[in-house]
Amino acid sequence: MKVGELASALGLEVLTGNVNLDREIQSGYTSDLLSDVIANIEENSVWITIQRHINILGVAKLKDIAAILIPRNLQLDQEVIDKARTESVAILRGVLSAFELSGLLYNALKRG
Amino acid sequence: MVDTFQFTPKINLEFAIGEKDFFVAGESASRVKKTLQQLGMEQEAIKRIAVIIYEAAMNVAIHASHGMLRVFISPEAITIETEDAGEGIPDVDLAMREGYSTATHEICEMGFGAGMGLPNIKHCADDLKIESKVGAGTLLQATVYFTNR
Repeated sequence: MKVGELASALGLEVLTGNVNLDREIQSGYTSDLLSDVIANIEENSVWITIQRHINILGVAKLKDIAAILIPRNLQLDQEVIDKARTESVAILRGVLSAFELSGLLYNALKRG
Repeated sequence: MVDTFQFTPKINLEFAIGEKDFFVAGESASRVKKTLQQLGMEQEAIKRIAVIIYEAAMNVAIHASHGMLRVFISPEAITIETEDAGEGIPDVDLAMREGYSTATHEICEMGFGAGMGLPNIKHCADDLKIESKVGAGTLLQATVYFTNR
């Protein structure tokens, strides 16, 4: 499943325009501890986190993350969104909680 | 075993890290990762190296006023070195323990300071050496061998 397809399927807002919408998603990971993400996330994952500072982009680049997914309609600074675009990191946002989004993502990936 | 290398000389990379300069830490790790991928090194080693660089550089950004990150690349091994002028680590064994952290509340709120940095580095490195002097700073050297594991 591609990032753009996931966004349509789950009704997610795409904050970074066309960035990485064609990227294939292989897995997902939900965590707000950056060291945990660095150690355990798989490549081409959707990373669900409430962290919204600029350092999440460094983690996303380093771990080849397919997209960052922000839950509960939390707000992001424009600076972070702009930087994400220039760094080619896709940021999605959903109204549901991290728990609910994790479940939906899991099911979507299982279905393929 | 490693792919054949397209180079023979050593390649050294150096980055300066300022206090709370978290983005440089992430970026330097990404840049080294890209360089290693271009050199055709094995993916598994690159993954471990990227984690080491990220965590070591983060430690400098979180705990020290400034420091240097140096990466020494040779066909046999890669050594990641951070040298900082921070307050030093009084008890290195304790700092190696998972979950132990001296990071401030503010740092923890950003998702750092989980006490996983040094354990992550230890897990990823074939060799790890830490020399620290309280009040003077810390020197960390982590090596990954390409023919190992």
